[in-house]
Amino acid sequence: MSRRRLLGPIVAVVTAVVIALLPLTLSNYHRSTGAAVGVFFVAILALNIVTGYTGQISIGHGAFMAVGGYTTAILTHDHGWNSIATMPAAIVFGFIAGMIVGLPALRFSGVYLALTTFAVALAVPQIAKNYPDFTGGTEGLPLPTHSGLWLYTTAWVVAGISFVFAWLLLRGRTGRAFRAVRDSEIAAASSGVSLPVHKTVSFGISAAMAAVAGSVYVLVNNFVSPDVFALQLSLFILIGAVVGGLGSLWGVLVGAAFIELLPLGLTSSGFVSSQLVPVIFGAVVIAVMALVPLGAADLLRRALQFGPQKSQSPEVPLGTEGT
Amino acid sequence: MTARRSTAWIVPTLLLAGCAALLIGSLRSSLFAQQTISGLANGGIYASLAVALVLIYRATEVINFAQGAIATFTTYVAWQLIDWGLAYWPAFICTLAFAFAFGFALELVAIRPVERRGSQLTVVIASIGLLILVEGAVGYIWGNDIRFMPAPFPAHIYRIGGVAFSRQDIATIAISIASVGVLWLLFRFTKLGLAMRAAAVRPEAARLVGIRVSWMLSLGWGLAAVLGAVAGMMAAASPSVLLQPSMMDGILIYAFAAAVLGGLESALGAVIGALAIGVTLNLLGSYVSWITPQLLLPAAFVLMLVVLLVKPSGLFGRTTARRV
Repeated sequence: MSRRRLLGPIVAVVTAVVIALLPLTLSNYHRSTGAAVGVFFVAILALNIVTGYTGQISIGHGAFMAVGGYTTAILTHDHGWNSIATMPAAIVFGFIAGMIVGLPALRFSGVYLALTTFAVALAVPQIAKNYPDFTGGTEGLPLPTHSGLWLYTTAWVVAGISFVFAWLLLRGRTGRAFRAVRDSEIAAASSGVSLPVHKTVSFGISAAMAAVAGSVYVLVNNFVSPDVFALQLSLFILIGAVVGGLGSLWGVLVGAAFIELLPLGLTSSGFVSSQLVPVIFGAVVIAVMALVPLGAADLLRRALQFGPQKSQSPEVPLGTEGT
Repeated sequence: MTARRSTAWIVPTLLLAGCAALLIGSLRSSLFAQQTISGLANGGIYASLAVALVLIYRATEVINFAQGAIATFTTYVAWQLIDWGLAYWPAFICTLAFAFAFGFALELVAIRPVERRGSQLTVVIASIGLLILVEGAVGYIWGNDIRFMPAPFPAHIYRIGGVAFSRQDIATIAISIASVGVLWLLFRFTKLGLAMRAAAVRPEAARLVGIRVSWMLSLGWGLAAVLGAVAGMMAAASPSVLLQPSMMDGILIYAFAAAVLGGLESALGAVIGALAIGVTLNLLGSYVSWITPQLLLPAAFVLMLVVLLVKPSGLFGRTTARRV
């Protein structure tokens, strides 16, 4: 029992130390790659709150990242704000956007919600293209340049804060309510958990976190345009969340590394041409789903023998209407 | 269930009113008539893809996100065959045959191993993986440059009472509707179709009477790919869509919206939904000045959302009672 209680904090501390010391050994270029992993860490964490813990599938988290990214870009470019100062604004706009997208989740769940959020992911870049005066249109907007170390530090500080926030949120009363909504909406409602409040708040918090991820993302890219937030981004975040393991905070790091480093590693290994990378990436995703459908967290849990407890990973009720 | 009975008249009434409005508009203005026809042609393309989605959804309750990418791949195959010197229609037929084998094989290789162990979500993720894989394969084999598909019909304009119809539009409508119709005949009147429906509705019971349920699923994927190929080739022939790896992304969303409007389980609903979306978007695009081509996709999304908020099960969906 004591082993199980100690293992979590130890792993967390060791991981944090490794992440903190890593930039010392990295080149400037690899530091911004590390920053990108941090961005995906936050985005996958965000998706995990709403999909993994509250059971509301979202294929549209790239859209919330776009909200944050454009907030940062417009505020720094047009209004001369400091890069960090734009992040609270991104959180506010992301939260509002998430509450709005969360509203349909009150009426329908499962596959309909998947399609709605998928459509959001495709629609948001189109809207950005349509108002060039505001967003820079297809050409996009430039952002202030920062060093690799600055980006790495910012990304992982944001990631650390998000992780602690998510951990505190999910272990307490709210997290319990989220999980109750996920496991049985009817049981949750009869126990006095308000479905409308918790679904929209879950979407709001998740979207706010994704928006911060978007802010850092555009800073890492040094540039924002509708294509930065193309559908592929949303798909990659979902893939990262599932590969890492839904309903687990530990898998998030694995998922983030998977989606950022696998394509990069394939390209730089020199064995395959960059044209072939999506083909291999898609094939790996399918293979992971066939072999480890519950993700890395499940694999880790079994390897470390976290007791004979039942798998905590949820089956998101896709297609079945709630219940 | 009582709620359903009392609102059953709404959908047919709305449809009739819509048709009447279109007819009156078309009689009064020839531009309106032309836009309606080309909207119907777009709708026909969406319909083929939407029915493909419904086909797979009915069998496994899974939305196949790779449907558009598979359609793109088969369209490139058609382009390649024509480029090698085959005439259009032989290439068309060969492509349909290829699409069937391709869809069948993809189900066998990519989906079946996942389905055996995972939940529906894992199958959805696998289909997203398939989307990335197939779209990547198109880029790898044929490159990301835009290609031009020869038009299947010589440019010709029919004139009826001052209204010009392009042969292309009429043929697109006809071929799309015909392919859906053939599929309907297959499901309704053949023993194979009966077996496929049985496997979709009651897999266990179907297995007990000797139907090979898993083969029926592969077959469903094959047929869905054929419909997708029809949609892809019709789309590539239309002047507004260029042959490139991402060409079906937008069309897939319209097909999603159409399938959802129709209730996801009804092929007829998907066809009507697709035609409605095609016409609505075309009319919005040409008569509402602030709706630019970029905003058509968000407009389709809003349309879908409004219908879902009013009628969550779609226009033709079953209202299911839930057991607690």
